[in-house]
Amino acid sequence: MSVISVANLSVVKRDRLLFENLNFAVEQGSLLYVKGQNGAGKTSMLRVLAGLIEADAGEVYFTLQNIKDCREHYHQHLVYFGHKLGINSSLSAVENLQYWCQQHEVVISVDTIFYTLAQLNLVGLEDIPVANLSAGQQRRVALARFWFKHNAKLWILDEPFTALDTQGIELITKQITTFLSGGGAVVMTSHQALCIDYPTDELTLEYRI
Amino acid sequence: MTALMAILKRDLALAYRQRAELMQPMLFFVLVISLFPLAVGPEPKTLQLIGPGVIWVAAILSSLLGLERLFRDDFQDGSLEQLMLSSTSLPAAALVKVLAHWLTSILPLIVLSPLLALFLHLSEPMYWALLKTLLLGTPLLSLIGAIAVGLTVGLNRGGVLLALLLLPVFIPLLIFATSAVGSASMQLQYHAQLAIIGAMFLFSLALAPFAIAYALRVSQT
Amino acid sequence: MWKWLHPYAKTERTYHLCQRLLPWFSLLGLAVIILATVWGLAFAPTDYQQSEAYRIIYVHVPSAVLSKSLYSAMAIAAFIGLVWQVKTSFMAMIALAPIGATVTFVSLITGAAWGKPMWGTWWEWDARLTSQLILLFLFLGVISLYKAFEDKQQAGKAAGVMAIVGVINLPIIHYSVQWWNTLHQGATLMKLGKPSMPPEMLWPLLLSILGWALVSGAIFLLRMQNEILQRDIRRPWVVALANKSLALNKGK
Repeated sequence: MSVISVANLSVVKRDRLLFENLNFAVEQGSLLYVKGQNGAGKTSMLRVLAGLIEADAGEVYFTLQNIKDCREHYHQHLVYFGHKLGINSSLSAVENLQYWCQQHEVVISVDTIFYTLAQLNLVGLEDIPVANLSAGQQRRVALARFWFKHNAKLWILDEPFTALDTQGIELITKQITTFLSGGGAVVMTSHQALCIDYPTDELTLEYRI
Repeated sequence: MTALMAILKRDLALAYRQRAELMQPMLFFVLVISLFPLAVGPEPKTLQLIGPGVIWVAAILSSLLGLERLFRDDFQDGSLEQLMLSSTSLPAAALVKVLAHWLTSILPLIVLSPLLALFLHLSEPMYWALLKTLLLGTPLLSLIGAIAVGLTVGLNRGGVLLALLLLPVFIPLLIFATSAVGSASMQLQYHAQLAIIGAMFLFSLALAPFAIAYALRVSQT
Repeated sequence: MWKWLHPYAKTERTYHLCQRLLPWFSLLGLAVIILATVWGLAFAPTDYQQSEAYRIIYVHVPSAVLSKSLYSAMAIAAFIGLVWQVKTSFMAMIALAPIGATVTFVSLITGAAWGKPMWGTWWEWDARLTSQLILLFLFLGVISLYKAFEDKQQAGKAAGVMAIVGVINLPIIHYSVQWWNTLHQGATLMKLGKPSMPPEMLWPLLLSILGWALVSGAIFLLRMQNEILQRDIRRPWVVALANKSLALNKGK
């Protein structure tokens, strides 16, 4: 059964048709890599998949149910990472992640958060306001959420590797591979070449005027 | 429930950490009201006559200044979209955020009101009427204001547009609130005005959260 | 029951519908408005209380009536657009807004002008004028909000929400201003006396309202067409239409 699928999807942004009549399905354990040049509509498509914006035409299905009909159920099994990190710069890394877990019904101990941040090379930086961290470090704090939501079935990542060093990229790539091997589905875009040791489906969006 | 309490705690904590920014509407409130004796002369009778109106207009303008920060930071850093993708109900979350905002941005104005009633020579019955209208009416400002803030949160220059959108809608509240204080000054009853303000407040309490949630979704690009 | 409306969610159908309706609204509207205005300004009997000055009602009343109808129409278009996600409905909403604002402005000017012979001042804060002023602000708010967005679909939804917030507030504003007026002034009510108006005065008035409605309708149709063309400028049907009109002009 496909985890996420779209039928006849058309998205318009600022009166420009980004793409139309798009059809695809992502099965459990598969990785969909969305490619295309700047402005082709990758981010918009990912946001339509997540349910943040509405498509002009067509439907998105999560486990064969229209996401409009099962929004709460869908969001319980989704983790989305977009251009905006989703962390508040006045709060610390731990506070941000605790708040995120509380909103997403993830029961977690503070120790687990500290442990995960340590794995992400953020030892000693967990309790200071996130504004004091570098861009790459802030990104790693935001990406930590992928270590927490265990019952997620779908991950949507929009250019996760930006600003990360090679070690950070390795960590995330390993986490994605682990998730995929466990039956999760991933849809992602990236401007860097994807160095992942896992079968990848590709979808290319063309830039339309 | 814990998710909503977490939102409240977080917003209160953030307000505390940004308390310098919170001082600005309060200072504006006092400053604007202080301008009036300078402008129309310090004659107590005049000040008492224009007092209720001046305090309410200043309260509306000050709350407009403070409204901008309601969703701005969360929108810009992406916390809002993560909230929209969570299991928390967006209308409920919006209501909690409006509550936190009212507690941190508007309640201080109400706490300052005795001082300003003194500045404008309001009598004691007038002040009690003013307090009641502020307590009942300012939540209305926050709730309806939040709808417009939700719509304009993605825009660069939302400030004056917010005022243009909201001031006409706040006029009935202004009319009834100042009329209540005016009645108090003449030793008359003002239950009717309070009842109408209360009705408007309850109406918006019931509907505004859904409108705010919709407005926030519209602002997502 | 509403299935016959469904094709008009498509911009092309609506554009051609506007094209077909335009001659009716514009020619008929122009004829009626000229007839009614001349009848009212020149031929209707003199009012015994206000003599000739009352004649301004033949411009003021239609504009005041229309200002409220246009706001309601705009709010209905907003509601349809928001509930059923119809793009053309949002276009109709924003096509109506400036017409409504202009008509409200005219009602304010003519209302104030009527005030001069009546009260001796160019402006008076009576209930009706104050309500019209607030209505003008509501219109301008919707227009400003729409213009603030670059993405016109977002703009339509945002302006639509404000239009509905405004329409819910409209009765509240109207009655609160009326009440405020009785509180503070009491005496200066604008006497319209429509029910007690003799038919020789009433008919040109009703005709005037009809004429204004038709002309507003014609302007709306033109604005609607413009809006559709602007939004769909890259669609093949618009390009074909432009080419056809270019060819026609070349042929001349």
